[in-house]
Amino acid sequence: MAQPVETYDAHGHHEEQGWVSKYLFSTDHKIIAQQYMFTGMAMALIGGFFAFVFRMQLAFPGMEVPLYGMVGPNEYNALVTNHGAIMIFWVAMPVLIAAFGNFLIPLMIGCDDMVFPRVNRLSYQIFLISAVVLLASFFVPGGAFGGAWTIYPPLSAKAEYSLTALGSTIFVLAVALEFVAFLLGGINFVTTAMNSRAPGMKLYDLPMVVWMIVVASILFMASVGPLIAGAIMLLFDQNLGTGFFDPDRAGDPVLWQHLFWFFGHPEVYVVLLPALGIVAEIITVFSRKKLFAYKTVLYTTFGTGVLSFTVWAHHQFIAGVDPRMAHVFTITTLLISIPIAEMMFVYIATLYGGSITLSTPMLWALAFIAEFLIGGVTGIFLGASGADIYLHDTYFVLAHFHYTFFPIAIIGAFAGVTYWFPKMFGKMMDDRLGKLHFWGTVIPFNLIFIPLFITGIAGQHRRIYDYTSFPELAQYQDMRVLATSALLVMLSFQFVFLYNFTKSLMRGEKAPRNPWKANTLEWTAESPPPHGNWPELPTCYRPPYEYSVPGRETDYWPQDEPA
Amino acid sequence: MIEYFLPAASTYASDIDWLFDLIFWFVGFWFVLCQGVFFWLIFRFRKKEGVPAQYISGELKTEKKWITWPHLAVLVCDVFIIYGAVKVWYDVKQNLPPAQFEIRAVAQQWAWTFQHPGPDGKLDTDDDISKINELHIAKDTLYHVHMESKDVLHNFSVPVFRLKQDVIPGRVITGWFKTNEITGEFSIQCAEICGIGHALMGARVHIETPEEHAAWIANNSSISLASAATPSVEE
Repeated sequence: MAQPVETYDAHGHHEEQGWVSKYLFSTDHKIIAQQYMFTGMAMALIGGFFAFVFRMQLAFPGMEVPLYGMVGPNEYNALVTNHGAIMIFWVAMPVLIAAFGNFLIPLMIGCDDMVFPRVNRLSYQIFLISAVVLLASFFVPGGAFGGAWTIYPPLSAKAEYSLTALGSTIFVLAVALEFVAFLLGGINFVTTAMNSRAPGMKLYDLPMVVWMIVVASILFMASVGPLIAGAIMLLFDQNLGTGFFDPDRAGDPVLWQHLFWFFGHPEVYVVLLPALGIVAEIITVFSRKKLFAYKTVLYTTFGTGVLSFTVWAHHQFIAGVDPRMAHVFTITTLLISIPIAEMMFVYIATLYGGSITLSTPMLWALAFIAEFLIGGVTGIFLGASGADIYLHDTYFVLAHFHYTFFPIAIIGAFAGVTYWFPKMFGKMMDDRLGKLHFWGTVIPFNLIFIPLFITGIAGQHRRIYDYTSFPELAQYQDMRVLATSALLVMLSFQFVFLYNFTKSLMRGEKAPRNPWKANTLEWTAESPPPHGNWPELPTCYRPPYEYSVPGRETDYWPQDEPA
Repeated sequence: MIEYFLPAASTYASDIDWLFDLIFWFVGFWFVLCQGVFFWLIFRFRKKEGVPAQYISGELKTEKKWITWPHLAVLVCDVFIIYGAVKVWYDVKQNLPPAQFEIRAVAQQWAWTFQHPGPDGKLDTDDDISKINELHIAKDTLYHVHMESKDVLHNFSVPVFRLKQDVIPGRVITGWFKTNEITGEFSIQCAEICGIGHALMGARVHIETPEEHAAWIANNSSISLASAATPSVEE
């Protein structure tokens, strides 16, 4: 095992390429990673703008929103629907799995590229098309789909109910295309990590983030099949007059919910695991510590993956499924708190005995742990069937999953970007601006969602464009204004990041090979690594987290350094 | 904690509030403990010149116990929470105590139609009272509610009862609640997105004293008991 595999022919020679073939039609994993990252960032700006528009409407109902105008009920529904879909499918997945997966896997395992570079390129191209298709739905007659990102039929299946005949079809099509892109990507992540490791690199020597991306890809590929089939059935229901989900013709709308959540819940772990992996890399480097109980983390990851297939119906406790089913899914859902709690304990234990530097990437990684804990513990309320009767579809749910997805997709991504920026672009980022951006993001984030927990407990239900017609809920307007104001502050601080990113890219200090004194193989390549990564592929001699080994001069021990 | 924000107007509302509080104290304990240890470690082991980090693999039994024991303790807490959740769920959703009266809630885009029994106390008779977005019930009474939808998914949610149930076209789903001594007018929501008018699909529930409720029935039934007994009076 662990022989460098003969890769695709195009990598035998690494001659200079033109701009178009280098940046647009590249098969180089690092360029594809950047394509995914920049597309994801662009989509994040759009998703963030949507959040701005509908939060303004909630705080100041009926007022004209700057840069947008009046928000009607249909537009409100379309904005929340697409905000959710974009942030999960077009931001979290491309940035966390595709960008970091593409960039890190070959570099961390010491090979020159993915096993199937052309499949990799195709994956990005389909992804880009899916993003364009999704955005196109805002410009068709009737407007974009507004039936929530869960696309429940019959609302999504029949134009006379949704009033967005084209919008709903395009939405389902875009989601299905996105799944195809990630199926193709997943094939590469798994096969590359299994087949192309550097000589000497055993499976236990893989950096945790590589393992996490591999497990996430397997979860994705194993869970998405039923939903792709479901999406095709829904497209048929919409356009060809079939009745898979139509109760008038012996179809069942609840079937869709099973297909959706059988994918939808593992999907949470699909994006969570890469973020957890990124955090593992960063906290070990900046506390100069070995990861606490590597094998435990690894087996916990597998356990989480397996369990994640058995919890989906906790989204459907009150959806009309047999009430006895709720007992089973309450038990499995609360059991999945065990591996996730274990993971948190391990990360916290890793800090013990460390020598902790609070650099910008480390701040993000630590914030991930602190904030994700809130998301984790509030999930217990919703997994407990009895409490979910009341909390289902309230803002409590919304606040809970933003406390999981925000740490994952935003905090985790910023952790990764600030940590690997020197390797990706060969420049150092400005640490002071980085810290300013960090505090300007994390503090307002809590001020957005803690008020929403409170309105949720008070019974505020979701996806309502104006609460003034609900007398019991109208009194919490202050909370809504607070949440929206905090969002405005948070969004404005993102310009600090964009400025820092651009400035560092253009005029940043040149990055050395290994600015953080890290062990993993990507830091032994040039910054940025050339096409082909190394003139001569490295050999691996030890596990990835040998920091502060007693008796050594330096407190790190790169994986490629002979003993 | 929930009762601090809105009244508990059904017999099982306080059970759900109790479960919420139970979970709150369990997870609150773990949350404070984890964050406390977490921030203490960050402070305690901040970088100091000349103090190297320790080499701890975490694979030894003596080290692993620091995560094994907490992790077993979490499991024990989970068992208690599962017990509470299953018990409350069984009482509210799986169990169906015999009804004193039945009502029907029919959802459509974007309104509720509530069919109340008339003076004879039975549903689906000629004296039924149908109201749009207005549900009238008596206090201290156990109702079955038959939920139906004419078009898409809706959700019959009455926050003061802590009752919530998806309403599915093509099915009749029967739920129950028993009002307690609280009277007044409260909100009914549609808690499942149902299209452009979802935000407008609110209704009101009026919980009345037996006298008020009897008077409301008498005033609203198309066939009052008196007229049903002596049909000739009307003519």
